[in-house]
Amino acid sequence: MASGQTILEMRGISKFFPGIKALEGVDFSMRLGEVHALIGENGAGKSTLVKVLTGVYRPTAGTIAFEGKERDFHSPVDAQEAGIAVIHQEASMFPDLTVAENIFSGHLRKGKTGLLDWRAMKTKARELLGRVELSVSTDVLVRELSVAERHLVGIARALSENASLVIMDEPTSALSLRETEDLFKIIRQLRGEGRAILFISHKFDELFEIADSYTVLRDGRYVGEGAMKDTSVDELIRMMAGRDVGHMFPVRKPNIGEEVLSVEGFSRAGFYRDVSFSLRKGEILGLFGLVGAGRSDVIRSLVGLEPRDEGRVRVNGKEVKIEGPRDALRLGIAHVPEDRQGQGLVLEMSIGDNITLPQVATLAKGPFLDSGAEDEVTRTYGQSMEIRAAGWGENAKDLSGGNQQKVVLAKWLATRPSILILDEPTKGIDVGTKAAVHAFISELASKGLSIIMISSELPEILGMSDRILVMYEGRVRSLFDKKDADESSVLKAATGADVAGSNVKGRAS
Amino acid sequence: MKRFFKRRETTLFITLVAFCVLVSLRAPGFLAPENLNSILNDTCTLIMVALGQSFVILIGGIDMSVASTMAFTGMVTALMNQYNPGIPAWVYLPIAAALGTALGAFSGSLVAFGALPPMIATIATMSIYRGFVYVFSKGAWVTPHEMTAGYLALPSASFLGLSSMVWITITIVIAAAVFMRLTSSGRDIYAFGGNRTAALFAGVSGRKVQMLVLTASGLLAGIAGLLWVSRYGMAHSETAAGFEMQTVAACVLGGVNFVGGSGTVLGVVIGALFFGVINNALTVIHISPFFQMVIQGVIIIVAIVSNTLIDRNNQMKLVARRKI
Repeated sequence: MASGQTILEMRGISKFFPGIKALEGVDFSMRLGEVHALIGENGAGKSTLVKVLTGVYRPTAGTIAFEGKERDFHSPVDAQEAGIAVIHQEASMFPDLTVAENIFSGHLRKGKTGLLDWRAMKTKARELLGRVELSVSTDVLVRELSVAERHLVGIARALSENASLVIMDEPTSALSLRETEDLFKIIRQLRGEGRAILFISHKFDELFEIADSYTVLRDGRYVGEGAMKDTSVDELIRMMAGRDVGHMFPVRKPNIGEEVLSVEGFSRAGFYRDVSFSLRKGEILGLFGLVGAGRSDVIRSLVGLEPRDEGRVRVNGKEVKIEGPRDALRLGIAHVPEDRQGQGLVLEMSIGDNITLPQVATLAKGPFLDSGAEDEVTRTYGQSMEIRAAGWGENAKDLSGGNQQKVVLAKWLATRPSILILDEPTKGIDVGTKAAVHAFISELASKGLSIIMISSELPEILGMSDRILVMYEGRVRSLFDKKDADESSVLKAATGADVAGSNVKGRAS
Repeated sequence: MKRFFKRRETTLFITLVAFCVLVSLRAPGFLAPENLNSILNDTCTLIMVALGQSFVILIGGIDMSVASTMAFTGMVTALMNQYNPGIPAWVYLPIAAALGTALGAFSGSLVAFGALPPMIATIATMSIYRGFVYVFSKGAWVTPHEMTAGYLALPSASFLGLSSMVWITITIVIAAAVFMRLTSSGRDIYAFGGNRTAALFAGVSGRKVQMLVLTASGLLAGIAGLLWVSRYGMAHSETAAGFEMQTVAACVLGGVNFVGGSGTVLGVVIGALFFGVINNALTVIHISPFFQMVIQGVIIIVAIVSNTLIDRNNQMKLVARRKI
């Protein structure tokens, strides 16, 4: 097949999960010799589409034609054998195997004797490494390589499979500018060889530099496609967002008081630099940014879970030292982590023991537990969160996801915080529960609680926050007041597309 | 009531009683009070050390050094007794406890501050402590006639019909149960073992928990070492060799989850008693001691497999109960 020919044609692709329509009637096609950008917000369906294409998911409806033939990929191996290679962000590498072993994992070559022919594989690996301009030994462990070098090994692997379609899912999210340039050089080379490259990125400057064409998805549906040279950042953002926000979020009359928390000059080498912001009483401060922008890292340093190189924290005007969650709790700061099963719950413990966990020591009389006081706390907060369970003695592992989330919230509210930090509070819960959580957060703020809400969902950030702090590549990019914030200005700041400065409403100081 | 029968402790206890009845059919003397008393005395050290072991397993670790710790405190107290026969024998109880605590704390600090996994740290200290037993004794034994009568009587003094060994064990079991169920430190151990990350987020100090479990394990092994040596009237460099595996087996049989987070004091006690009963029963019904090891292994496998199957069954029932 020659450059310019259509290699992939997906028609009317739908993928339904119980209760969720992840994709609905999506059309997507690619030509050989082009870099095609797949664009959309978090949750727009990009990853699902890639998973359907690579045989991880079977589509609920729709057809896939690859190289002119209709195909039905039953597994990732099917897609791989057909000539589709995926270079993941981090995964799918074996850190403790060598570069050569990684390149040939899944399609090892055998010699005449039936044993593995390492000599041939290493020779071939050296040639492939040369083509991606990576000068490391084939015997070096992948563990010892940088992220950028691992990407190149991933590309070498795709080449070894002689893939005609290469998928790169946010390949630059962890790369420096210099490394990104090197990667783009290789991508152009692949394009020159007549391969098709599917490129997923949130960074508009990169999209305009490397991509030839684009397809935009929104809420699991196809929105439009075209050539990059015929479009603009504004048009793409309109296509990505293009929906009414605000009306489904609780209306709240903010009653904002004096400053309760101020973070000054936070820096940590390799994670974030010179981050400052403040939080006022009764306020919801939204923290927005792409994955890897450093939002969660700043918060983890703030509550003492991770170190920092520089920076001061003031609570109610007084400078404080927070060396761990216990210090934070003492100061009235509760941090509700993102991953409720991994970081929030002890599954083998009862609901009651989970709720009182952060304050067992404070509730105890000397070294001995005070079960009366614990029951009291459990009952009060368990009931106020309307946790549905047979009893407070039931183990957390036996609860539904929504109820587990309620236990986690009850646990932190039971510490009676004045500052509440919520990391992705509605991630992975259904729409109905989401609305309930939003109403609840809004009610807490009305009661005078000060809230920092980290979220990757733009509508949630815009609908809930009184002010929005946007981070980009480890730095504070913009600080918006609710009235100045709209989808496109916030997205531009978060994707670094506001470089001209015209849209920067003023940096946080 | 339903809950009571679902508990592993209950089924294990019922199995234990049924086993005893079966054995007594072949050997009528088995259920005689004297024999039961002798089983209990034989099992006391296993109960103590298995309890310490269970704390470490609760945080997903294992303490390989308990048997060496026992040999260490046994040998040191026996030598002190041999060369200072004037010192009253009860003094060796606090000494053994202190020695065990120090050895456990050393292992604990390797884990908490040296970031070694408990298994690796205690494999190292197992070798170190056992090595010191050779160094102190120069390979020689301390025999009964070199020990004072008071020292030899430490585990066997009788009070209200039970030996001091049994009383000490009862005290330790109650203290352990109170510690695990009723103190905030005990709760911290379950939380840290069940979900390390969630515990750290909730302000539990991981280092404190790691220090605590290994030190407690050392303390109990230290006391057990003294009682072991004084009971058998013999201190040598192979004292309690291989005993650490029996303590692990008792924990597993008693339902302590090997990846951490769940297990009870009662379960461990019944698990240890189970082994005591089996050892005694096999001797009573004249099964060769060589074959006893085989049977012990088989029992562990049967217990674990049946338990896994029961767990899975319960889990499936729970899933089926969920409304869709």
